[in-house]
Amino acid sequence: MKLGVLFSGGKDSVFVCYMAMQREEVECLITLASKNTESYMFHTPNISLTSLQSKAADIPLLEFETDGEKEDELEDLKSAIICAKDKYCIEGIVTGAIMSVYQASRIQKICDSLDLWCFNPLWYINQNDYMNNILDLGFEVIISGVFSYPFDESWLGRRIDEKMLDELSTFSEKYKITLTGEGGEFETFVLDAPFFKKKIIIDDFDTNYKNYNGLFSIKAAHLEDK
Amino acid sequence: MIIICDLSYKSESLSFFEYVKPIEEIIKKTEMSFKTVHYSELEKKSESSNNSEEYSGLQNFLLKKATGIILCGTALKDNEFLKKTEIFQFLKYTEIPVLGICAGFQVIAKLFGGNIIENKKIGMTTVKTISDSPVLRGMDKFEAYELHKNSFELPADFLILAESDTDIQVIKHRYKLIFGVIFHPEVRNERVVENFLGIIRGTCKSV
Repeated sequence: MKLGVLFSGGKDSVFVCYMAMQREEVECLITLASKNTESYMFHTPNISLTSLQSKAADIPLLEFETDGEKEDELEDLKSAIICAKDKYCIEGIVTGAIMSVYQASRIQKICDSLDLWCFNPLWYINQNDYMNNILDLGFEVIISGVFSYPFDESWLGRRIDEKMLDELSTFSEKYKITLTGEGGEFETFVLDAPFFKKKIIIDDFDTNYKNYNGLFSIKAAHLEDK
Repeated sequence: MIIICDLSYKSESLSFFEYVKPIEEIIKKTEMSFKTVHYSELEKKSESSNNSEEYSGLQNFLLKKATGIILCGTALKDNEFLKKTEIFQFLKYTEIPVLGICAGFQVIAKLFGGNIIENKKIGMTTVKTISDSPVLRGMDKFEAYELHKNSFELPADFLILAESDTDIQVIKHRYKLIFGVIFHPEVRNERVVENFLGIIRGTCKSV
């Protein structure tokens, strides 16, 4: 089955792309860059870098922009998916939704209206197993944004490793945060994945942090052979 | 051993992770033993069996050794399983508890003579319990996630246990421990599955 992956460049959309590639044919990645940083639907940090990830993975990317206003962005998403259907003859969409009924039900409705399959392979996944799987399979993931207590500035740009997972587990028990950042506590960016043909090297970045809210913005990066 | 049955269009599909794995995760918390099979396995006769035997190896296992069976949901666009409901005929003769979720609800309803109704629902709905049953213990009124294109009329010999404003949501066979749930209990209503596992425990001494 030919599929398109809704792609933000964070760990979840990259991981489901990997899962989909093992079982079906991933024809394209679809990115919606939202001008609204509070978007309910679309992850925002470093969204402009998905083009570099698409080159690293050697999978075509369709990029679109949305103002990110609550229900209008769904129309923009629908237009993007129509575009992918026309250009790549996709039969279905893959998303990285984990627990958000808000996200999942809206994308299900769009896919249904376009007669497309909709797959959410991380749906209600065991979050501990998933995070360990990311490490075991050799994904290289960094924290690209923090948006809640107790994440201080030192988290920005940090690579996810076993030590970090232990810290996240402690936070999870103590402060009720989700291990995966599903509750919007943090965002991630993927520098390397098992299916990437090249890896991303960060050349320059900026951090902005205040009161448990911060962004790690990649200003310049290049691809390197693995 | 509990059998979890994947009703998706093919074995090991992307849908497995969405509709079957979450059910596995709920059972894992209880330490009850389970095995997941794709519904196509129900048709396979073992090499040693002769083709005139009425049941396949897995059907025999389900009739004689399994402690319960859960029929899982499928993707909205996936209604392949409805073409194959005859392979579930053996369920009519089983005494073990059966839980059909969404697609599984449809298999059970069709098997027992219910007529298909085109009825698309995507999203949350309010469900009210209207008849006491162990499968809905502690659940009088709750929000549930629906994701289906079809539903079925109530088959003969079934009771309605819960409904929403517009639809039948949970059904039970009058005389058997066969339950159908049209919503997805793995989303925010794990308790339905946990209650069902409790029913299994109550029916077998050695689980």
